[in-house]
Amino acid sequence: MLDVTYSPPKPKVIAGARQDWELVIGMEIHAQVASNAKLFSGASTQFGAEPNSNVAFVDAAMPGMLPVINEFCVELAVRTGLGLKAAINLRSAFDRKNYFYPDLPQGYQISQLYHPIVGEGEVLVELAPGVARLVRIERIHLEQDAGKSIHDMDPTQSFVDFNRTGVALMEIVSRPDIRSAEEATAYVTKLRQILRYLGTCDGNMQNGNLRADVNVSVCPPGQYEKFQATQDFSHLGTRCEIKNMNSMRFMTQAIDYEARRQIAILEDGGTITQETRLYDPDKGETRSMRSKEEAHDYRYFPDPDLLPLEIEQAWVDDIRASMPELPDAKKARFMSGFGLTDYDANVLTADLESAGFFEAVAQGRDGKQAANWVINELFGRLNKEGLTIADTPLSAAQLGGVLDLIAAGTISGKMAKDLFDILWTEGGDPAEVAAARGMQQVTDTGAIEAALDALIAANPDQVAKAQQNAKLAGWFTGQVLKATGGKANPAVVNAMVAAKLGL
Amino acid sequence: MPIDTDTARKVAKLARIRVEETDLAALAQDLSGIIGFMEQLNEVDVTGVEPMTSVTPMRLARRNDVVTDGNIQAAVLANAPDAREGFFAVPKVVE
Repeated sequence: MLDVTYSPPKPKVIAGARQDWELVIGMEIHAQVASNAKLFSGASTQFGAEPNSNVAFVDAAMPGMLPVINEFCVELAVRTGLGLKAAINLRSAFDRKNYFYPDLPQGYQISQLYHPIVGEGEVLVELAPGVARLVRIERIHLEQDAGKSIHDMDPTQSFVDFNRTGVALMEIVSRPDIRSAEEATAYVTKLRQILRYLGTCDGNMQNGNLRADVNVSVCPPGQYEKFQATQDFSHLGTRCEIKNMNSMRFMTQAIDYEARRQIAILEDGGTITQETRLYDPDKGETRSMRSKEEAHDYRYFPDPDLLPLEIEQAWVDDIRASMPELPDAKKARFMSGFGLTDYDANVLTADLESAGFFEAVAQGRDGKQAANWVINELFGRLNKEGLTIADTPLSAAQLGGVLDLIAAGTISGKMAKDLFDILWTEGGDPAEVAAARGMQQVTDTGAIEAALDALIAANPDQVAKAQQNAKLAGWFTGQVLKATGGKANPAVVNAMVAAKLGL
Repeated sequence: MPIDTDTARKVAKLARIRVEETDLAALAQDLSGIIGFMEQLNEVDVTGVEPMTSVTPMRLARRNDVVTDGNIQAAVLANAPDAREGFFAVPKVVE
């Protein structure tokens, strides 16, 4: 794994009117399982379908319909658990979480309260080179998503779409190990990166495929250390849960607002009520969701329609054997194998496509040079044109070909950039395009020598000056480059000028 | 565990079943009777007995990740008291 050792960041300290405070944050991430069909029915999970078209009678909770579990969803939950270095429970079970809401036709959500499929794991959240927070995962359970209500299509009615109802979610529950809004978004980013590497969730927050419930509390400095030593929550403040965050920016705003709100109450001598709150991005504030409070008595009980989920160790081992290389390992390999900096390795491992592209370019070539070209030229150009790595018109083989021409001394760095431009817009084989366009450094010392000899003969004054002051020899180099149309290799010319003038 | 009228009122509310105030006492008594009957099970000594979920040893049935259902919008909406433009229409619920 990583050779680097990490030290934890200092917790964020918020100055109140009377005293200092610290933040304590735990998160529940709802990640939509990347399956074709739903968790307990054969209906599609496709986003953006006609309302109520991706609905089976099971999802609509028609009487007598029975759930049958989608084994692939179980596999992806196990894969996710393994990716978070978590314990896999060979026996888990489903429970009913009972509440009434128009988007929940069953009147209960099938979830895993008592026996989740995945137990304790961890996520390393890097915040700066050498600084990382290790966030402990408490559990991951499988559960059904609810439907979607639309409130603005009619003045008196809400419109309900069950397409999402019954889609498989993994609820990934962290311990309260996160200490600032910055750490919270870094945690979500890292978790999303791991899920995408694993291929278990597409991580699309805009479509709601990754959403976070954020539990926020504040406490005086020193209290959190007491909690960590004992795991006794009474050392911490009362928490409030901000529901359904699906934007990093709003998450930051909501956490900071909620911390200030709680501190103001506590410094006024008040107490925090444990409750569910909703962030209103228009007003920039959180407010209580009273409807959820009433429903908090969920009366969980084992789902009598579903036997316990028993999986075999051999199956788990098979899944483990097919695990891809994960971000931390890939980053470490890029740093040690290709000699990349921490920063470059982070950029290049941010997603699998970038990492794969870089690796194809770097294989058998100078890793650092490959990283520079991929990050500065390729990513720079993609950004400028609003494209992603998936849309790149320039292939890894083409960029590799450009680097080979530089390495062979055939073209200069300046020519390489021009060649990059031509390949980007017109395509083609790098060596062929360079040859066709006459992009070739003159490395033929005979041609350079002839040009230089002519210059020396014609400019005795310059020769005398350069021999007195070696810095002025650059004039000859410049003139030779000019005479050869920029095709001479500057290093070769410099060396020859120095030799001829006896410098 | 006897059920009092307050618990009966709460259970009815959570289940969205309207029960008249005058009926609560009788309902509480019925519920207490049912729970009392189930409490008899606590008299059985189950020390060392594995909890069981089925009388025959069965494995939870699984399905493959294949779309085999859906595209039955009309049938799904057929019994809805109100449906418009493919949606169920319900009295407005706003957070």
